[in-house]
Amino acid sequence: MPRYFTEEHEWIEVDGDAATIGITDYAQEQLGDVVFVEVPQSGTMMTKGKEAAVVESVKAASDVYAPISGEVLEGNAALEDDPALVNTSPEEEGWFFKLTVADAGELDGLMDAAAYKAFCESL
Amino acid sequence: MAKGPGFRVLPSRALRDLGLSMTDTDNEIEDLPAEQLPLDVWHRAHGARMVEFAGYEMPIQYEGIVAEHEWTRNHASLFDVSHMGQLMFAADEAGACAAALEALLPADLANLRPHRVRYSMLLNESGGILDDLMVTRLPEDSAADFYMVVNGATKWDDIGHLREHLPDDITMTHLDDWALLALQGPQAAAALEVLVPGVSDLGFMQAASFDWAEGKAAMWISRTGYSGEDGFEISIEAGRVATFADALVADERVKPAGLGARDSLRLEAGLPLYGHDLTEDIDPVSAGLAFALSKSRREQGGYMGHAACMVRLEAGGMAQQRVGLALEGRLPAREGAQVFAGETLVGTVTSGGFSPTLGHPIAMAYVETEHTGIGTALELEVRGKRLPATVVPMPFVPHRYHRKGA
Repeated sequence: MPRYFTEEHEWIEVDGDAATIGITDYAQEQLGDVVFVEVPQSGTMMTKGKEAAVVESVKAASDVYAPISGEVLEGNAALEDDPALVNTSPEEEGWFFKLTVADAGELDGLMDAAAYKAFCESL
Repeated sequence: MAKGPGFRVLPSRALRDLGLSMTDTDNEIEDLPAEQLPLDVWHRAHGARMVEFAGYEMPIQYEGIVAEHEWTRNHASLFDVSHMGQLMFAADEAGACAAALEALLPADLANLRPHRVRYSMLLNESGGILDDLMVTRLPEDSAADFYMVVNGATKWDDIGHLREHLPDDITMTHLDDWALLALQGPQAAAALEVLVPGVSDLGFMQAASFDWAEGKAAMWISRTGYSGEDGFEISIEAGRVATFADALVADERVKPAGLGARDSLRLEAGLPLYGHDLTEDIDPVSAGLAFALSKSRREQGGYMGHAACMVRLEAGGMAQQRVGLALEGRLPAREGAQVFAGETLVGTVTSGGFSPTLGHPIAMAYVETEHTGIGTALELEVRGKRLPATVVPMPFVPHRYHRKGA
């Protein structure tokens, strides 16, 4: 399944007309110890670029923006009990939410893994 | 403002909270390039993530805030606080320095014995807190009479205030070529004693000069800190500080810790942070710091802000008071969150975060006096949600300062 990355350090894994969203290992490393994650409820309509989730680390609250538009299918309930999954498994078990891909065209211009790696190295 | 790579990730609120809640800088200095601390290279070599704070590039964390926080509570951590202002005051005439400083500070400095440290503050005419600070009476054979440490973000304003109000026969020296380290934690005394024999004989809130034989460095060491643990603050020439820091972390009990852990430790210890929990609009009585208004000076007066403080002390008429709040759940309430009693807005959070020691969020808030009783149930509003909170005594985590004979 193709995986895309944004300059806001989110990853989007597309499976047909659904996508799973999370933050990257680089992002969790920058945030530090995560103590709380607020994920959107299923049925919420997301618009690309709007606030979709909030992640609280020991020191800071940070917004996670919807990298593409769509309807939320599911938030990751496991993060409620174990928000540290974002630190320990950011790109697998620590996913934030799944949504429908409303406009596949919004994926154009996002980075692949190699481009994202180069982007992080440039920071 | 923020420049480090730590700020490029997840913009907006990360910038605001990490940046602004850790930054007391006024707009005027945001445009100046951040200065580097004497240990800048050392911090980077030890894996620090650097952020801008108080006009300096400073380490916010090394391996992680929670790990550093817990290490400090169980072992000993080395913090670089060289951004703080170290000032010396001297006068030719005996007693002139104490008298001059007493016109600006509510502390009894005339009767402060050599080697003793006091927590005090600079007040304005309305009793508002311009800064909080530590002041020490130096031994009689010293070149100066008093040593003072003020906050980094306010030091230039403090220096201006002191210059304006101190008489001309008082010489104030800003020790800007001296570094300041804090070694904090239950193993701090044992670790420092190895390098600086005799240092563990200092009592809490005492200070003295020491020599570090190996580095041929003179140091001024105080048994003080900002973590709630036993510990020391060590003033040392900037040119010697890297070698001394190396010697400290060569001890397996000592690890470097950053501003993030410093903030979470002081919050658990119930210690206010200037620019957040204390401002020039807040007086010592409302802040719960009336202990810094020494008894004899309350009666004598003669310091800036005295009349305003006395009105609040005698009438007990503070509109709001600083309280500790314990939250349920895991969602922290940060600075600026509003405090409600039912539907009534009764206060504002000035510091808040997740307590690693307690495993739940805690906060300091200014709350209308009638809602400040221990056990009062209140609610904090975070992103439209109401979080239940209870007024609890501070410190949130008991202090473990060194007490002689204890």
